[in-house]
Amino acid sequence: MRVTQGAFSFLPDLTDQQIKAQVEYCLRNNWAVSVEYTDDIHPRNTYWEMFGMPMFDLHDAAGVMLEINACRKTYPRHYVRVNAFDSTLGWETIRLSFLVNRPLEEPGFRLRRLEAQGRVQRYAIEPYATDQPPGHRY
Amino acid sequence: MGASGHTQQMDISKRYTAGVLKYAQMGYWQPAYEPKESDVLALFRITPQEGVDPEEAAAAVAGESSTATWTVVWTDRLTACENYRAKAYKVEPVPNNPLQYFAWIAYELDLFEEGSIANLTASIIGNVFSFKPLKAARLEDMRLPLAYVKTFRGPPTGIVVERERLDKFGRPLLGATTKPKLGLSGKNYGRVVYEALKGGLDFVKDDENINSQAFMHWRDRFLYCMEAVNRAAAATGEIKGHYLNVTAGTMEEMYQRAEFARELASVIVMVDLVVGWTAIQSLSNWCRDNDMILHMHRAGHGTYTRQKSHGVSFRVIAKWLRLAGVDHLHAGTAVGKLEGDPMTVQGYYAVCRESVTSVDLPRGLFFRQDWGGMRKVMPVASGGIHAGQMHQLLDLFGDDVVLQFGGGTIGHPMGIQAGATANRVALEATVLARNEGRDIRHEGPDILASAARHCKPLQAALDTWKDVTFNYASTDTSDFVPTPSVS
Repeated sequence: MRVTQGAFSFLPDLTDQQIKAQVEYCLRNNWAVSVEYTDDIHPRNTYWEMFGMPMFDLHDAAGVMLEINACRKTYPRHYVRVNAFDSTLGWETIRLSFLVNRPLEEPGFRLRRLEAQGRVQRYAIEPYATDQPPGHRY
Repeated sequence: MGASGHTQQMDISKRYTAGVLKYAQMGYWQPAYEPKESDVLALFRITPQEGVDPEEAAAAVAGESSTATWTVVWTDRLTACENYRAKAYKVEPVPNNPLQYFAWIAYELDLFEEGSIANLTASIIGNVFSFKPLKAARLEDMRLPLAYVKTFRGPPTGIVVERERLDKFGRPLLGATTKPKLGLSGKNYGRVVYEALKGGLDFVKDDENINSQAFMHWRDRFLYCMEAVNRAAAATGEIKGHYLNVTAGTMEEMYQRAEFARELASVIVMVDLVVGWTAIQSLSNWCRDNDMILHMHRAGHGTYTRQKSHGVSFRVIAKWLRLAGVDHLHAGTAVGKLEGDPMTVQGYYAVCRESVTSVDLPRGLFFRQDWGGMRKVMPVASGGIHAGQMHQLLDLFGDDVVLQFGGGTIGHPMGIQAGATANRVALEATVLARNEGRDIRHEGPDILASAARHCKPLQAALDTWKDVTFNYASTDTSDFVPTPSVS
């Protein structure tokens, strides 16, 4: 399967040139770019590991690309995402987030069911990969 | 439009003599009045009967929507009546329309109960719309003072928190309404939901009139839909949702349905506008207490919003709904099958999304409105739109909108999943291109054609619906600019 989190997962994986164009878009909007990685791809895993701080003061797309590539080189078998943070009053949130790296094999998710009262079922989804400890998953 | 002799307010000793006076003479026409920051302001479009002068008509609207009745009452003198009287303070002819006038009216804040849309609307639209000296009246816009805005709780979730909960940023959300709207059994209904979510949509939606009929009782629908939602989440690794419609005959029944939705871990419930303001505010409070997104389907609004001469503009309804506290609001597509001039619709989106809504006459916004930090409502564009219009929709509405393709998903020749995938690929390709600096309004068709080269379902969607447009003249347009439709 293919995890389709992030803004562009239905498109072919972005090339470095395409990633750079998106970073330039974020910088034009005065958004702070950050890089995060994880090997727990559960959709409610909010806090991916930060690959450094958000780059509030870096306004050069080439510099951001160095960080992105350093993260991908360090964690080649992890999911890596690029976030853009907007500190404008009333937003103060991420305005764009997209994947720039994913494991070669994506085994997907187990759907657990627990029979409950009536016909109600309690559902839980779990990435198969998280059966293994962090760092040994992909 | 200065006040002529017969419209001036009278000497106080004669003012309360029993009998019938003109509203202007009773003090409801005050052209020198300077509205205060704390006043509620309303702009009406009025069509006076022949022989009724516009200032008197405006004064009548002010009177009938505040303290007046048809005759003089001495009991006014037991009150500080100048304070409670609404004041018509400006009248202007509507551009290019000799029969209609814009009338600006100011209301003292004391006239309104805090936190109650029911009270606000009972005053402002309570009985003036049936008033005989007017042929027609329309509430075009309102300015709610910040002091009043802060007495409402607003959206329980709002755009920012909805996106953070769903973990979806930087693109419009995608939805579809299950079709056919009526007749599917719970099991078959859930099939549509599963296919659409797995194919790439974020949300599927109950239609406004899906409640609990013989062909599908509500509990059955909720159970099958949540099976579909969870299966699709496991298949994609994304958070998915289905707007479970909790509209019912009583508030107790609505709470019961909402609680079952919560028990099944749905992220969102929906309700129809026809349940009324008080029910909406109650359900909004419930959603706030239960971490639930509240989707508002504006069922019925066209009966009073569509015609320019009479009723209430949807921009006013949108303001009331932001105060009342909804998270999603159907606000028009401009390009789809339902009424909506593009600039007028953009005005509704501004009401939903901006922290401060600025005056913008071409978009129908007559007042600056400060929302005081109130959360933003996610507008929903739904009705007769398809993948081939993606560039137009993104250009008109930006990222913070739910684009709902019902027929455009479920009617896809290769099936529902393919229909959903076509929409998602079209969306992501268009957003990517826009961010790269391309001119999507003009290059849109090329961008979509090029994305279709790696996505057969998108190619099929473009082929199927390439010529479908709903290019009719809008009835509800700004009087301040020529308003071409989108083709």
